[in-house]
Amino acid sequence: MNIQIRERPDAAASAGIKTAIADCDIHPARATKDELHPYLAKRWHSHLETFGVHPYQGMMEGPPYPKAQPNASRRDAYPPEGGPQGSSLSFMQKQHLDPNNVALGVLNPLNTGQGIRNQDLAGAICSAINDWQIEKWTAKDSRLKGSVVVANEDGVSAAAEIRKRAGDKNFVQVLLLSRNVEPLGQRRYWPIYEAAQEAGLPIGVHAFGFGGNPITASGWPSYYIEEMVGHSQCQQTALASLVLEGVFERFPKLKMVMVEAGFGWAPSLAWRLDKVFARLHAEVPHLKRKPSEYIRDHIWWTTQPMEDPESRDHLFQTIEWIGWDRLLFATDYPHWDYDEPSRVLPAGVSDANRQAFYLDNAKQLYGMA
Amino acid sequence: MARHVIAPVDELPPGSRKFLEIDGRPIAVFNVKGEFFGLLNRCPHQGAALCEGPLIGLASSSDPGEIEYTKLGEILRCPWHGWEFDIRTGQSYCDPRRFRVRAYPVSVEPGTNVVKGPYVAETIKVAVESDYVVVEL
Repeated sequence: MNIQIRERPDAAASAGIKTAIADCDIHPARATKDELHPYLAKRWHSHLETFGVHPYQGMMEGPPYPKAQPNASRRDAYPPEGGPQGSSLSFMQKQHLDPNNVALGVLNPLNTGQGIRNQDLAGAICSAINDWQIEKWTAKDSRLKGSVVVANEDGVSAAAEIRKRAGDKNFVQVLLLSRNVEPLGQRRYWPIYEAAQEAGLPIGVHAFGFGGNPITASGWPSYYIEEMVGHSQCQQTALASLVLEGVFERFPKLKMVMVEAGFGWAPSLAWRLDKVFARLHAEVPHLKRKPSEYIRDHIWWTTQPMEDPESRDHLFQTIEWIGWDRLLFATDYPHWDYDEPSRVLPAGVSDANRQAFYLDNAKQLYGMA
Repeated sequence: MARHVIAPVDELPPGSRKFLEIDGRPIAVFNVKGEFFGLLNRCPHQGAALCEGPLIGLASSSDPGEIEYTKLGEILRCPWHGWEFDIRTGQSYCDPRRFRVRAYPVSVEPGTNVVKGPYVAETIKVAVESDYVVVEL
């Protein structure tokens, strides 16, 4: 057993960064299991007590893989007043928002109603999470903005929730996850895109989710490290589906953000899609342009995790293909794979690109410029 | 190189660690089963307070399927990204050539030495009858 003697009160504070930044992936957590109760109809309190939740995934509780740190989070991010990492606004301010000069923080709540089979319950929990984001976070700190969480497998309920939040300045995007029951371009999800386009909200597609399918294309792997890299496979499936089903043709103003799945794979996916599209376009005649053009016009990318090749030139070449105007800085606070803002970008980036990378792209995309 | 008295041995029992700042540098001193080790409390990767991480062992494998768990309590795991360092040397296990954390020699000195010697005792009262933990940097 370790007995820690703390002498430095600010041992947890990070080195910090001078210029203001946007952090496009922050994970707020609930301090207690019943923190959502005030936002849920009484009917659901007793339902949860009696029946619990039935997820799409096979295992009844917890994620399918153990995580690298408790709650997949930084060990120094436990709030002093107790509760899991990410559950205290005051500690988040002290440990992350203030020292890192976060001017805009986009909240992406995980472990919400998404992935619950009972669609009425899923919708009720998602809506409660949205109320909770306002009351606990965005109303108390104007730097923070929420993501509209929706019952993703029920397009009708999801669209209704988006319309309910449209125009509410507490929210800057709609949140989906990459692992769903079907690839994200499928028609069951179209009402979500229609409502998001109408509301002028980008859609963030965050890695993870529990759609019930194995997390790789060939079954359940053995290790957490395989799940980590599997996110990019899943995101590629989602993106190919969105493009090939014609989502961007049908919703030409739709903007999407690929969150927490890397971006180094984007050029090769686009090249491959363009190559086969040249031969097979007769199969998807609803596409009027090359797949890569839809990707470049409609997709933004958050940086955590950022690929870290030995040669920084390789990183810069990848970013040049994607566009310095398409990257959104993210830390993934308080999760264990958190990126420290002052350490994440290699030297050799122009001031204009740094400014775009750390702040301006996000402000523009989220309508805060 | 100066030597700093940081605590009487009794105040740093096995399994405990003490965080301090010497010359503006964040340091942690660990007592691992009666042996003392000092490390810079900053991860060379992204700057986390490394020494707040758990002390674990080292999982290694000579052949697939053969797993050895050694150095129990001697490997420090960063609280952020889980990078592992040998508490005795500061060597990292993820990239030993490029990354190491600064290790500082720690010794135990009898109180008589502390009083006589050139050491600086800033935060504690020196009593001649005890032994003291002394870190060098």
